[in-house]
Amino acid sequence: MPWMRTSRSPSSRDPMTIKTLFIANRGEIAVRVIRAAKALGIRTVQAASEADTDMLAARMADQVVVLGGAPAAQSYLNIPAVLDAIRSSGADAVHPGYGFLSENADFVEQVERMGVTFVGPTAETIRKMGDKSAARAEAIAAGVPVVPGSTGDVADAQEAQAVAREIGYPVMIKARAGGGGRGIRIAGSADELSSLIPQAKAEARAAFGDDALYLERYIPRARHVEVQVLGDGERVLHLFERECSLQRKRQKVWEEAPAAALPPTTREALCESAVALATRVGYRGAGTLEYLYDEGTGAFFFIEMNTRIQVEHPVTEMITGIDLVQAQLRIAGGEKLWLSQRDIQAKGHAIEVRINAENPDRMFMPSPGTVSALTVPHEDVARFDTMLFAGYKVVPFYDSLIGKLIVYGRDRADALVRLEAALDGLQIEGIATTRSLHKALLGAPDVRAGNVHTTWLEDWMKDRASDPK
Amino acid sequence: MSKQVLAPLPGVFYRRPSPAEPPFAEEGGAIEAGATIGLVEVMKSFYPVEAVEGGTVVKFLVADGDAVDADQPIAELT
Repeated sequence: MPWMRTSRSPSSRDPMTIKTLFIANRGEIAVRVIRAAKALGIRTVQAASEADTDMLAARMADQVVVLGGAPAAQSYLNIPAVLDAIRSSGADAVHPGYGFLSENADFVEQVERMGVTFVGPTAETIRKMGDKSAARAEAIAAGVPVVPGSTGDVADAQEAQAVAREIGYPVMIKARAGGGGRGIRIAGSADELSSLIPQAKAEARAAFGDDALYLERYIPRARHVEVQVLGDGERVLHLFERECSLQRKRQKVWEEAPAAALPPTTREALCESAVALATRVGYRGAGTLEYLYDEGTGAFFFIEMNTRIQVEHPVTEMITGIDLVQAQLRIAGGEKLWLSQRDIQAKGHAIEVRINAENPDRMFMPSPGTVSALTVPHEDVARFDTMLFAGYKVVPFYDSLIGKLIVYGRDRADALVRLEAALDGLQIEGIATTRSLHKALLGAPDVRAGNVHTTWLEDWMKDRASDPK
Repeated sequence: MSKQVLAPLPGVFYRRPSPAEPPFAEEGGAIEAGATIGLVEVMKSFYPVEAVEGGTVVKFLVADGDAVDADQPIAELT
């Protein structure tokens, strides 16, 4: 591929055992998977909802199978329909992309029962790492630091105070049944904790029908860092880390590799911890271990593992020269890891910004519609992973991500210069996009200095809204 | 005279605030002007479908969970 900086893959590889790959996803990741499959000589069958039969991945694939109606529940999340489509297509492997069924252990079991290869880890691994407390227990057993917290639920304010004395203030009160940041409260002292616990209990009962609460130490101004791993079920290698601290509503909007804030010894310890945990669970395929990094103390804490390819995987590809989606397919095809840790070197700096069909000037209101004209930056300036083409109608039924603009430079300063040129070279007419948000972010001194944390973006947007220049 | 409630955006129409809860409005039920009679999900965000005028819901023209276009009639009121 023209955008791959170098190819360190050995010229000889095992013959590919996968003949026909079914892509159980849509959008830019389906396009990405088809590219990787074609490079390996694999025939492709693209799944599509009735609203997606004209999408780019459907145009590129050797065959298209319609799953059902436009709503994801009728198509990409409809397990019986997806299984039928796999069966009728004669595919011998399934790539789930990210989202949809990619981390659904029941789906994986049913695919494997049909004698079809799932491109990813085993159902057992997905189930284990998808369960927060099981994943935490595995991390502790592997010697990986986790955010200090209560071992189970806390019954009342008194018990909460006893636990908080051990883990240290400030603490986060979390609802066991909550998720995605819902039902979280922060207490800075014992008094605050005892007044917040009854409130949090009542609210959790009302919101989730379950009033169980647990505590975790709150790490203010934490950075989000994550480690990319590849495993073959026996051996696990890391491909260094990414930093994804710029988030809005817990959705990443801008990602970098490497995480420039990490001292070398911390980077080494972080990546080694990821390998230890992934090795412990016998990890197979591409996976990401997510951590919080406390710059104040230099400590990092494992939070969760994503057992699939991630949206932001390209920044890792740019600094390592390794095609992660091709690697997924080779591992799924039965190849043992063809690299040693020494073969994987990080060089330079990469930044990815997510281009969403949303209007940053109107509270990120979704902006589906037809792309009347499209100009993309020259491939020497940036890689643009997208499903767009001029005349394509962005449908309203799925995620708003329409493309990822990725730049690579010899260092972070060089990557920032290239990002500016890349954003200037990207013109999407007919719909609103988040391109202008990234232009504004590029001008923010904290972003230029890399001085950000997971709530920085939301704070910055609030400040801009109240004090427009 | 019959009036129609239109979808504010294209997306997927839902009659309930969440799968476990009852519908916002029932056929045959009375609603006030400005009442929410459903939601449209567009790119994972939810927007209310509001009745401009009050009245009685004669009929829903779109089933729960089906795709709608912007300005597509969702319900008929009298």
